[in-house]
Amino acid sequence: MRRRRILIAVLAALALAAPVTAAAQSREVFVPLLVYRTGPYAPSGIPIADGFVDYFTLLNERDGGINGVKLAWEECETQYDNKQGIECYERLKGKSPVVVNPYSTAITYSLIPKAPVDKIVVFSMGYGMSAASDGRWFPWVFNFPTNYWSQASAVIRYIGAQEGGLEKLKGKKVAHIFHNSAYGKEAHPTLEELAKKYQFELSLLAVDHPGQEQKATWLQVRRLNPDWIFMSGWGVMNQVAIKEAVSIGFKMDHLIGNWWSANDSDVVPAGEGAKGYKGATFHAPGTNFKVHADLLKLVYEKGKGSAKKEDLGAPLYNRGIVNAMLTAEAIRTAMTKFGNKPLTGEQVRWGFENLNLTEQRLEQLGMKSFTHPVKVTCEDHEGSGPVLIQQWDGKKWNVVSDWIAPMRDVVRPKIEGAAVEESKKLGYTMRDCAKEK
Amino acid sequence: MIYREAGQFKTTYAADQAVFSIVQDRVAVAAAVVGAFVVPPLVASEYWLQAVLIPFLVYALAAIGLNLLTGYAGQLSLGTGGFMAVGAYSAFKLATAFPHLNVLVVFVLSGLVAAGVGLVFGIPSLRIKGFYLAVATLASQFFLVWLFNKVAWFTNYASSGTITAPDRTLFGVVITGPNSAPSARYLVALGLVAVFAVIAKNLVRGRIGRSWMAIRDRDIAAEIIGVRPLRTKLLAFGISSFYCGVAGAGLVFLYLGSAETLAFDISISFLVLFMVIIGGLGSILGSFLGAAFIVLMPIVLANAPHALGLRLPVALQKQIELMVFGGLIIFFLIVEPRGLARLWQITKEKLRLWPFPH
Amino acid sequence: MLDLLYAVAVAPFRDMAGAPAFLIEVLIGGVFAGLMYSLVALGFVLIFKASGVFNFAQGVMVLFAALTLVGLLERGVPVLVALALTTVVMVALAFAIERLVLRPLVNQAHIILFMATIGLNFFLEGFGEMLWGANVKKLDIGIPDRSFIVRGVQINQLELTAAATAAVLVTVLAVFFQRTRIGRALRAVADDHEAALSIGVPLRTIWVVVWSVAGVVAIVAGLMWGAKSGVQFSLSLIALKALPVLILGGFESVPGAIVGGLIIGVGEKLGEVYWGPLVGGAIENWFAYVLALAFLLARPQGLFGEKIIERV
Repeated sequence: MRRRRILIAVLAALALAAPVTAAAQSREVFVPLLVYRTGPYAPSGIPIADGFVDYFTLLNERDGGINGVKLAWEECETQYDNKQGIECYERLKGKSPVVVNPYSTAITYSLIPKAPVDKIVVFSMGYGMSAASDGRWFPWVFNFPTNYWSQASAVIRYIGAQEGGLEKLKGKKVAHIFHNSAYGKEAHPTLEELAKKYQFELSLLAVDHPGQEQKATWLQVRRLNPDWIFMSGWGVMNQVAIKEAVSIGFKMDHLIGNWWSANDSDVVPAGEGAKGYKGATFHAPGTNFKVHADLLKLVYEKGKGSAKKEDLGAPLYNRGIVNAMLTAEAIRTAMTKFGNKPLTGEQVRWGFENLNLTEQRLEQLGMKSFTHPVKVTCEDHEGSGPVLIQQWDGKKWNVVSDWIAPMRDVVRPKIEGAAVEESKKLGYTMRDCAKEK
Repeated sequence: MIYREAGQFKTTYAADQAVFSIVQDRVAVAAAVVGAFVVPPLVASEYWLQAVLIPFLVYALAAIGLNLLTGYAGQLSLGTGGFMAVGAYSAFKLATAFPHLNVLVVFVLSGLVAAGVGLVFGIPSLRIKGFYLAVATLASQFFLVWLFNKVAWFTNYASSGTITAPDRTLFGVVITGPNSAPSARYLVALGLVAVFAVIAKNLVRGRIGRSWMAIRDRDIAAEIIGVRPLRTKLLAFGISSFYCGVAGAGLVFLYLGSAETLAFDISISFLVLFMVIIGGLGSILGSFLGAAFIVLMPIVLANAPHALGLRLPVALQKQIELMVFGGLIIFFLIVEPRGLARLWQITKEKLRLWPFPH
Repeated sequence: MLDLLYAVAVAPFRDMAGAPAFLIEVLIGGVFAGLMYSLVALGFVLIFKASGVFNFAQGVMVLFAALTLVGLLERGVPVLVALALTTVVMVALAFAIERLVLRPLVNQAHIILFMATIGLNFFLEGFGEMLWGANVKKLDIGIPDRSFIVRGVQINQLELTAAATAAVLVTVLAVFFQRTRIGRALRAVADDHEAALSIGVPLRTIWVVVWSVAGVVAIVAGLMWGAKSGVQFSLSLIALKALPVLILGGFESVPGAIVGGLIIGVGEKLGEVYWGPLVGGAIENWFAYVLALAFLLARPQGLFGEKIIERV
């Protein structure tokens, strides 16, 4: 009986603690962060979130925000789950955010239709819907500096270069090992077209979620004996795949992960064997940049850092920095037009669309040769940014290629076609970019 | 004092068999239903509609479906997510293939498709029982999700493999898709749930429900008294899958707006099972209470530190949330294994005597 | 139509016959994978046998054990001490579960206990992560994850070790069940716990013992799986891999867990490698369940499960 009474008390307490929403801050720009620091994907989610938050902290600490307007943010845990992501978005919407970084393809898809209604920019940096790269159809969605299709074409270009020219690809065997989900399959249309064009033999090998056990896939790899493997993995799949590749004695420098499959956490469990493993990226790994020195000095020494010092420079941590920097620069661009005050989502959208991040600007930011300049236009929300290949030497990642340009002539028509398809579903009409000045 | 049936005489069989035989109950339920239709669309913020009320209704429908199967017919199933996926994908296919079809018809048809699939996957239940059946239903869960992921036809060959709810109208109001108002979607969900809950309630009171319960309590004995196990079990699977299918369609069309197969993975099956058990096996009301509990609790737990003025790191907060969630489930099972519905019943018993218990 | 029939019914077998060394490799891969599943399934079986609880939290127990072990190793604790400490933790966990979960729920329906273990699953997920963090951790148990080649067939050392471990574990468990006093008590409880209680078998002690043993099995499974993929949150998901093994072998049978593991392991690898490409691959997950289901239709209580005798 007493237990029941406790139970009723608990229920009452739960009913009382109803959600609250805080009022919007006046002198701040608010950016909600959908993160996943727990759950099966946390090893990837933690460094990104840390990098992002640290850069924003740096901006507030060093520059007092952006042009005197402080940055405010709030993390919300999604566990990489669509439903929790929507709950987070709706909860943080009350604080009048200007841009949201969903960090999950599924959540991105759910937020895209909401963006024009809520006037909140969706910035899915290097993931999400590739078709959204066509800004004429998707004014509120940005996925620069580059997308999955550009990446796949750049990787093929790299493989071609390694073989001694794209024409040498003829007859070669390339396998794509992918996470059996929307994300993993995203690169297929591009790869298939390139296979036709350069006449290499493409095999698609799926690994089912979560990918704890991949023996069968790697047995097939052994039989197939491909010359190159491109991998679109995620979570535990990466670690197991790299271990399996080591175990069957596959040449590690012929195994290239995409930019979500090449982080420290992916190679560490495989130990020595992972040496030589390659991965695509759109920014450099490591800490040899001024921005890292600033972070250490102005954030970490004050005890305001969110990661461990030795985790700085991991590819995904650096990606968080890039993501935060691009967001901040877009807001800064918007301020050049609308003034140094807290902005609305619409104004920030203009900032994103007119972002022109130059080499000089990167140098000013302490990111010289850290990432590539980006120019966004009304038509092009992706920028077809080039890709780097990094390689694991057993201790750290090293860049082993120049900036590799994607094959825009192949990718862009596909994007435009897909944009028409996707917009039809949402009932969008194409805007005329000539009028948007 | 207020809640008392003294003086209410049942003079006909019909009155005796009514769903709510007490006047106060009838009034309260009617008020609740009317209130649910009127108040939230006027008062609730978008957050409440989108993150609390709509998911609650969608899950309540799925929970009713599973409760019919597990609570009434005694067949433990972990395939709910698969059947919801069937509903969602067939709704998507139907809505895009026949753009002029009324969206409510689409919901019902996709429920029927799910029912058909449920019938097929219910066949093993004739031979397999208990946990063996539960694990066997996982076969349907994994197979169906794999199928929708693999066959591009189901997503209309979308390169992303994601299905997006199209804009559809009812009486000139946009009720699904990206341009619909949350309040409109809420009303549709509420309408669906109300209708199907009434149907479910009457189903379980009647011959079918009684035959289910007979099978649940002792299947051999039921067979001896003339309940045909084949028909009864399959009917339970079919009807349950119908409900799950409609709920799955609602999940995409009314709640998420778009989804990939990951939205229907095994965790949703467990979630719905939780609702059924926490709410109370074999109770329609319990399905609602369970859904409310499971939907609200993580939200309350996520917001509670804020409300109390604590600023915890999100990771720690989530971990605590998981621990409290797990702990509360165990706690509830210990205190009242028959679920929230039973608790409600006890409260009502008490209310009859209140405030003079002696 | 004929082509389809050929592709399904003839081509895969020709394929097998054409490359026997590869077929053997697939079979060996299947056997090893199966034994890895068995390691997890064993924990389920032990608990179900003694207390009738379908312990869904076994997967998380594997994770928890592995996390604890790695966490201790990372803090510089020597391997053997760390193993001992982890065992202590798992035994303490068993005590806590018995006291806080099982005892209050005694005599409840199976499904309620099952649900309670899912609650436990959530709790341990949060607790383990809070204690040890969510990052991937490397677990090096000194066995290189390398392969050597015997007559054109590739064999992985780590998997060989896992197989040997599974064999040793099963032998030890078998001896424990058959020869020791407490093992006999366990079997008595499994047969009829009221009867066992009436002849003086201490039920609570038995439960603690059996959950502790399951905890130790979880450590072993955690070691093997952790060495394979690194220790991380996803380890808890291997429970889903063990379930088909479980229903195939029967919930109450230790040998069933092994034989079931072998059948599932070999079956799903053959299926994925030879038939998977026909439908686009990644069929392993559901194929295992369908395979188990097919066996169940013939024997509803699993291969080695106790025959269900029903009376009115």
